[in-house]
Amino acid sequence: MFANPFKLKKLGILGMNKRNIHYIGGQNNRKYYPLVDNKLKTKVIAEDAGIAVPKLLATIERQSQLRKLKDILASYEKFVIKPAQGSAGKGILVIVKREGDTFFKANGQSLELTDIHRDISNILSGLYSLGGKPDVAMIEQLVEFDPIFERYSYEGVPDIRVIIYKGYPAMAMLRCSTKESDGKANLHQGAVGVGIDMASGKALFAVQHDSPVTKHPDTGYDFSELQIPHWEKMLLLSASCYEVTHLGYLGVDIVLDKNLGPLILELNARPGLAIQIANQTGAVKRFDKIDEQLDKLDIADRVKFSMKHFGSILK
Amino acid sequence: MSRKFQVLLIALSLAFIGLFIVWYKVSVLGIPFLPHEKRSVYKVGAEVSFEGKNKAVLVSMAIPGVQDGIQILSEDVASSGFGYAEAQTKNGKRAEWSKRKVEGPQILYYSLEVMIEPGETNPKPPIEAVEQKSESLSDLPNTLINTAKILLDDVRSRSADTHSFTAQLIQEFNNENPSQAAKILLAQGGEAKIDMLFRLLRYRHIRVRKIHGLYLESARRNIALTPMLEVYDGKDWQLYDLNRGKVTRDKNFFIWKQSGDSLLNVTGAKKSNIRFSINERQVPVQYLLDKKELLDKAAILDFSLFSLPVSAQNAYQHILLVPFGALVVVLLRVLIGLRTSGTFMPILIALAFMETTLFAGLIMFILIVGIGLVIRSYLSNLNLLLVARISAVMIVVIMIMSFMSILSYKLGIKEVMTITFFPMIILAWTIERMSILWEEEGAKEVFIQGGGSLIVATFAYFVMSYPFVSHMAFNFPELLLVVLSVIILLGRYSGYRLSELIRFKSMAN
Repeated sequence: MFANPFKLKKLGILGMNKRNIHYIGGQNNRKYYPLVDNKLKTKVIAEDAGIAVPKLLATIERQSQLRKLKDILASYEKFVIKPAQGSAGKGILVIVKREGDTFFKANGQSLELTDIHRDISNILSGLYSLGGKPDVAMIEQLVEFDPIFERYSYEGVPDIRVIIYKGYPAMAMLRCSTKESDGKANLHQGAVGVGIDMASGKALFAVQHDSPVTKHPDTGYDFSELQIPHWEKMLLLSASCYEVTHLGYLGVDIVLDKNLGPLILELNARPGLAIQIANQTGAVKRFDKIDEQLDKLDIADRVKFSMKHFGSILK
Repeated sequence: MSRKFQVLLIALSLAFIGLFIVWYKVSVLGIPFLPHEKRSVYKVGAEVSFEGKNKAVLVSMAIPGVQDGIQILSEDVASSGFGYAEAQTKNGKRAEWSKRKVEGPQILYYSLEVMIEPGETNPKPPIEAVEQKSESLSDLPNTLINTAKILLDDVRSRSADTHSFTAQLIQEFNNENPSQAAKILLAQGGEAKIDMLFRLLRYRHIRVRKIHGLYLESARRNIALTPMLEVYDGKDWQLYDLNRGKVTRDKNFFIWKQSGDSLLNVTGAKKSNIRFSINERQVPVQYLLDKKELLDKAAILDFSLFSLPVSAQNAYQHILLVPFGALVVVLLRVLIGLRTSGTFMPILIALAFMETTLFAGLIMFILIVGIGLVIRSYLSNLNLLLVARISAVMIVVIMIMSFMSILSYKLGIKEVMTITFFPMIILAWTIERMSILWEEEGAKEVFIQGGGSLIVATFAYFVMSYPFVSHMAFNFPELLLVVLSVIILLGRYSGYRLSELIRFKSMAN
């Protein structure tokens, strides 16, 4: 029933306590947290640094602005509403279609303007933010995801999570939404995580609820044929976030827009551990390898380093 | 590395300080380590009886003072109609009763509660030597004076110093076969053995005093004080039993009076008499700790919780348990990896369980949260602002609580009345959080986190309601330092959680 902890240690598997003490506590200076915890701030600094992000359409900061909600949304057919300080995908509303004042979620469920009104009101009163702080609602351009992932995703945008350690891409996975995860790409909600080979961008393993799967549970497509396009570009994009955020242990979520290419969706100062299961590899080994590399390298060289050392033997 | 060392250093020193104070309190101050430990408390009563002659009466009785090894916890006087005062004289404290006109038989009571102090005490009588008048024995007939002188010379030749002299002299007066001279002195001197010995010793210019005391034993009635002699040789006081000779003071020998003054003086009455009685009872140590006398003993106790008023003490009996609950939360979260809804919510629930009992508490908690979730799911349709919605949930929680109380009262289920001990604001937030969890992550996550919270609360309840823990927490609040150090150490634990050994099992194979 239980794994031998010494064996896990030997495999370099990162546990929650070690992550909290050594990586989050040791690498991430708390003063930079607001940059990633507040998606609005992330967007601003990313845009300033020339990092590609989905376009911000509008922000709603006060309840009083909700009276003009109809005008604000008037020109948008499809959009995403999210709390600027939400965590774990909470409070995100994805509208893919609109007929007059009726809005449709990705799963086809229809919403009236009053429903959206209520959701935004919840966001503003801090329901989804850490510690219940009053929050800001962001209305963002909906990412039109690249059809290459259509087969591997159920009602939602699959995203690519890359762990950046000290600026080096250390591990990556594709997170595919499922029926169970309600179109969200969060693994603990039932999304499928697919480990990605750092050298090639090819799929390695897939897991759902921490156990291996080979096919997408809803679409039935086999993950083994999956190959992420623009792989090196994605790694470069994610590695460049290190300079912007100063966070040594960082999770970068990337989506692939069919017109715009890879976009940074959000950053995470406390990325989870499931990525190790998706890759069937312990993260500590890779972090240690990066720790041994003492030269100061620029973004492109760091990506080359990672592709060289963390490429899988499965190629 | 240096941070790791700091943590270790801080944790170890905290633990050391905490344990040292505990050790000090247990072994030096005698605070019991185990709960429900009982100590013998003796109630020593003096009963003074006399018959009034329709005249003003003044009664003066020697009463015990502070002494090593035996602690006086309280004193009590019962004397209807008499004026009572305590007087401090050169030779110790005296109790004095007075009344203008006394007729017929009277009884005055004076009683003390005393406790034998635990641990080895070496009773040290006061060093200062008493001024003594020299004794001439001149009131005795000449023949007796001669007999005494011969006896003393004889004893002197058989002894080396003051103490051996005293021991030999007492030997002469020993009960089983007193010497001829002693028999004559006792028979014709018309004095008690103690007084005769006292005078003979003083005649030899030996510093001596009479000690009267009681052996603390259970259920003694109508006893008299046991007399003893104490002799000073210029360095030490030595105690002599009239029958056994040289003795060390027994731990249970309670000195009532140690001066030459009379035990009881009654003027204006006849047939005066004094008897003593002793009663033993077992008293929980808690009761003894309340006593001020113990507080005066050590500065460390003066800053303890015992110096607070009783009502505040009761509050702290609960508050001091919270750190132990926190320790349980840290253990279960860091080592086991249980997920709870709200970090310290389980502790508050556990505190409520302590009032409601565990089983009733669990059922009530599940009922309230369950009903609350149903109502909250309707409230979410009303599109309320967050603060208003949580307030609404809280009011609903209060209504559920009062309704359950009323219903159960009618049904005669008394346990449910304790429902008021649940912290309703915490319940309201729990309902709110679980309801959001349900909407966003599904029922499964609600059961994981709700179940985790209840498991942690149950563990915390068992720890906090364990009598040993509550006893330790209240009597040794410095144990908080030890708890603190354990929590600090756990805060640096970077190993795997038990739940991760399951989670990553597939990778280890």
